[in-house]
Amino acid sequence: MHLVSIIAFVLIFAAAVSLFVINIRKILRNINLGKDQVINDNTPARWRQMVLVALGQSKMLARPIPAFFHVIIYVGFILINIEVIEILVDGFTGSHRTFMDVLNFDGFPLYNIAIAFFEVLCVLVLIACFVFLYRRYISKVPRLASKDLDGWPRKDATYILLAEIVLMTALLVMNSADHALQSTGFNFPISTPLYNALFQDISEGSLHTIVLVAWWLHLVGILAYLNYLPFSKHFHIVLAFPNVWYAKLTPKGQFTNMESVTNEVKAMLDPSFTPPPLAEGEVMKFGAKDVNDLSWKNLLDAYSCTECGRCTSECPANQTGKLLSPRRIMMATRDRMEDVGKSLDAKGPGLADGKTLLYDYISAEELWACTSCNACVQACPVNIDPLNIIVELRRSMVMEDSKMPDALAGAMTNIENNGAPWQFSPADRLNWATEN
Amino acid sequence: MSNAELLKVTTMATAIAEGRTPEYLFWVGCAGSFDDRAKKVTKALVKILNFAGIDFAVLGTEESCSGDPAKRAGNEFLYQMMAMQNIATLNAYGVKKIVTACPHCFNTLKNEYPALGGEYELVHHTQLLQSLLDSGKITIEGGEFKGKRITFHDPCYLGRGNDIYEAPREVIKKLDVELVEMKRSKANGFCCGAGGAQMFKEAEPGNQEVNVNRAEEALGQNPAVIAVGCPFCNTMMTDGVKHFEKEAEVKVLDVAEMIAQANDL
Repeated sequence: MHLVSIIAFVLIFAAAVSLFVINIRKILRNINLGKDQVINDNTPARWRQMVLVALGQSKMLARPIPAFFHVIIYVGFILINIEVIEILVDGFTGSHRTFMDVLNFDGFPLYNIAIAFFEVLCVLVLIACFVFLYRRYISKVPRLASKDLDGWPRKDATYILLAEIVLMTALLVMNSADHALQSTGFNFPISTPLYNALFQDISEGSLHTIVLVAWWLHLVGILAYLNYLPFSKHFHIVLAFPNVWYAKLTPKGQFTNMESVTNEVKAMLDPSFTPPPLAEGEVMKFGAKDVNDLSWKNLLDAYSCTECGRCTSECPANQTGKLLSPRRIMMATRDRMEDVGKSLDAKGPGLADGKTLLYDYISAEELWACTSCNACVQACPVNIDPLNIIVELRRSMVMEDSKMPDALAGAMTNIENNGAPWQFSPADRLNWATEN
Repeated sequence: MSNAELLKVTTMATAIAEGRTPEYLFWVGCAGSFDDRAKKVTKALVKILNFAGIDFAVLGTEESCSGDPAKRAGNEFLYQMMAMQNIATLNAYGVKKIVTACPHCFNTLKNEYPALGGEYELVHHTQLLQSLLDSGKITIEGGEFKGKRITFHDPCYLGRGNDIYEAPREVIKKLDVELVEMKRSKANGFCCGAGGAQMFKEAEPGNQEVNVNRAEEALGQNPAVIAVGCPFCNTMMTDGVKHFEKEAEVKVLDVAEMIAQANDL
């Protein structure tokens, strides 16, 4: 019997890990559709930023209520998963609670204390999950009830919360029904009262079955959860860390300099300057029309987005009824990558499917509503930069397709001809000094 | 000082011809040069600089648009053309320090010109005002704003864009006023609606103008003055206040204007 269970465990575990690796490689391939960008400057500042923003969740504090419940789930997730180490060891060896005897010292039952602590965390996580469901479906926090999330994204969010509720419940039921645990004589804060209330009159054989079912449920649940991650916004639990590490360190107001344009302009202003030749097969392209024109960091941003909508709720354009939603910019970028990826998996045309991120996934109207105020960048708890994508798409519209609102085109002409966005003569630029 | 002395402006060309290298270049910007409302801020700042004995000059007709609206709109070609011309001018005069009353010019010159060969020490006028007040080069005694409620609207390109939140506030506090903060302030400040080249186009369809939304919030603080530090914010907030027909009760003033007025300059 033991052997059968060990074999089942090993097979399930190996299948789950392999599937996870396959799907992660697909995501990496999709991110690598983006242009190369070397980001390795100032590593001390990058580590600091990661510790503060990703590990320390410093930007969550701007909204204390969700920050409080989020940190419970976050800490709960990390600490309760320590127990998963034991589950894995038990599974591979066919033993039960391997660490119990090892860690329960005479006079200091470390193992029991740890389990007691995890149980309390479990209950807190359960409470937090219900609070989050309440915020989504009953109090309907605007950014969570937004039409941005209609369809799959809303279901996705709900599935994650339900899965966490199932996992935590399974863990508590397992501990309660576990004779080995309850017979230590230790008073567990949750499982002992639960045992007294539910399982006292049940035979040891049945209890054993309940433990077994709950154990497998928790294990299979965790592995299913792991494999759900690559298809979910919940992947932020992994990508938040690299995303923050690689995030921009320069002032938010600073936009990237386009080297290719610098060469062109230099050649224009100085006829003796010859721009460096293009590499073979390289096509001169300005800005981003599709995901492969964005940098891999832009694409990592899109996969790191957990669709919380803080960006959109701070966006002046969105808050005054414009079409633009920075969250949707990130979701559309990810959707495009996923569509291209699926097409590539099916040996389809991939990027050459006749669609582009610009226009087919993100409209000109959305892009022109942006005031470049950086509120979205500031709001993002994992330092995603929607503004950079918006600007890259604008660059393509303006420089590749010569499309921009008429009034703006007029201002550009004025800048070119008069050195000012308004129609004033440059000769009058100092008139203010002599006017009354 | 007479009014004429306070308003004295030399160009860089004249200063260099006279063998002087002014400490500061005052980058006036397009709004500061041509927009009637912003020109008043330009003059207020010139008066303060002269009053404090700061050695400065302007480029005058040699100045051009910094290229900010072009860059934000996605027209990198036009931006770099403007930037390279301006950098050639600035470098020819050996400019080291630049003060400007426009956060857009400030951001562009400070952060984006270096990649094209223009490295300068940039100072926003509220930062210069703060250091002039701290060093005692200008002082404020009483003044017309004493005890009044003032709220400061953060310009995006000064605040979030460059993490400068305190300089304008420190200057305003020197006026002995009651500085009240809007709910959305500093890093959470709400845009006036003009950034990203929006100043030069119609807003996209929506249910409200951004500046109306912001003006409503500012007016909710019952201020005597909505203080600003950017010519575009100035226009947008002024229009927003007019939308609520409050222009008789609530003034929109640049921080430099407040300091100049408090000193009867």
